[in-house]
Amino acid sequence: MRNAFADELTKLAAEDDRLVLLSGDIGNRLFDPFKAQHSERFFNCGVAEANMTGVAAGMATCGLRPITYTITPFATTRCLEQIRVDICYHNVPVIIVGVGGGLSYASLGSTHHSCEDIAFLRALPNMTVICPADALEVRAALHAAIAHNGPVYMRLGKKNEPAVYESQPDLELGQGKVIRDGNDVCILATGNILPVVVEASKVLATTMKIDARVINFHTVKPLDAPLLRDVFSTFRVVVTVEEHSLIGGLGGAVAEWMADTNSNGSRLLRFGTPDAFLHEAGSQGYLRSVCGLTSVKLADGIAHELRVVQGTNS
Amino acid sequence: MQNSTQNELKKMAAEIRGRVISLSHKARTPHLGSSLSCVDILVSLYGGILKIDPTRPAAPDRDRCILSKGHAAPAQYAVLAKCGFFDDSVLSTYNQDGAVLAEHPGPGCVPGIEAATGSLGHGLPLGVGMALATRLRKFDTRVYVVMSDGECNEGSVWEAAMFAPAQRLETLAVIIDYNKWQATGRSDDVMSLAPLADKWKAFGWETEEVDGHDITALQQALDPALGTAGRPRAIVAHTVKGKGVAFMEDDNNWHYRIPTADDVKAAHIELGLK
Repeated sequence: MRNAFADELTKLAAEDDRLVLLSGDIGNRLFDPFKAQHSERFFNCGVAEANMTGVAAGMATCGLRPITYTITPFATTRCLEQIRVDICYHNVPVIIVGVGGGLSYASLGSTHHSCEDIAFLRALPNMTVICPADALEVRAALHAAIAHNGPVYMRLGKKNEPAVYESQPDLELGQGKVIRDGNDVCILATGNILPVVVEASKVLATTMKIDARVINFHTVKPLDAPLLRDVFSTFRVVVTVEEHSLIGGLGGAVAEWMADTNSNGSRLLRFGTPDAFLHEAGSQGYLRSVCGLTSVKLADGIAHELRVVQGTNS
Repeated sequence: MQNSTQNELKKMAAEIRGRVISLSHKARTPHLGSSLSCVDILVSLYGGILKIDPTRPAAPDRDRCILSKGHAAPAQYAVLAKCGFFDDSVLSTYNQDGAVLAEHPGPGCVPGIEAATGSLGHGLPLGVGMALATRLRKFDTRVYVVMSDGECNEGSVWEAAMFAPAQRLETLAVIIDYNKWQATGRSDDVMSLAPLADKWKAFGWETEEVDGHDITALQQALDPALGTAGRPRAIVAHTVKGKGVAFMEDDNNWHYRIPTADDVKAAHIELGLK
């Protein structure tokens, strides 16, 4: 995703001289083409994310369209107060890009994991939260974020993620997208876990004869309420999946929506990371497995829930 | 506001002080000592240094002045009203229910407020961003950030202090209202602030120490014609908290105390106001 981001931004900057890139001393080599073509619009802000965020907001008040970029926890929770006051309170168009959302940097340890960022940023007034699912969606999300005249948080994975899309999708902020149709259960997923969810839907179909609808909820805020109304009026079981804590992420947002809405008694089943720091070393695949976020574990959990609901009915 | 004589500016400063004391009494808001300590700094800036026009408050090439010590907002509000950025009747509604002017300024609450402040340590990074953006857009713009000494406790101040010289931001100036107090103690005791000017020098800023109540000296130090060889400028302005009213000066109780009607009367007499 990060390569797609850097490439798309370099192209867009050629057409839009308001775009400036602020990096928190990362992206060595990654931004070489941007620097070569737009050297005066690249700012290495050092390992000083609070300042980087304030600088970006100050630039935005003067008509520029700054993009801040660093590893997710440092782009978000490290400088949360600057995001809240400088960007959101002033309601200026800064795009905060976090690379390494969720467990993308699993092996670097919990300092580099980011399983709370959606919760924190979603709570801020004026903020839009987008979690692209693959490299092509990153490109579409960047276009949408730039077109949006307000604060945006864009949560990337790292690199070489499996593709969900074969060509660049259309992306409307706040509008979920059906990836796979089905009638037995509906799975809502956001961000870099979506390819795993697509795999899970295949496992459900081939080994359990369960036909799942899969919806890409790339925008966690604002939530696509019309789509949720449709989903909850159609399905007895609705599932959310995210590489993020069960507290405050997509599942949390949907649960809030349910509490405020007549959701027809449908059951919500949420998959995500636990309310805990992960102390074990290991790859992203390993830690996903620890958290139950593999295609087989998701398929098993969903199938079990469907049996419980059907059992209650009979 | 250009070419105001020093006597006129001194008179303006006294009037601003009187107004700020009245506002604090009427609205029952604290931070009076902090407001009084930066009045001469603000009068120096708005009375001849800043390239601004109250009839075009959003001109893209205007100079920017950020009061990063947002708790002194009444002083900036009073100066802005005096300079014609908004009507004095708006100032009179300060801190009333539903009014636009709160104890700390909200974003764009009135023309002339360039940034919402109140949480300390935000103004300098914002000012750096404004200076970088206006330079990139090739505007002849300067950015001035007024901070408190207590504010220099915040790490974000020193992040920005390292970044601005690296960007050779000579269009940026910071003025530190060094009144030697913060909310609950002497600022040099709480965080080992001294030697403050040496710190800014060491960080690569063109640094000068001035009497922060001497408008002539302040304006000389802030003169945009002064060269800095590519460095941003730091003015360490030595000030007295509560300046202008003998019974408030250097008494940190006036960080929070609200003046009584008698206090207001006595202060106005001392300031030579009716």
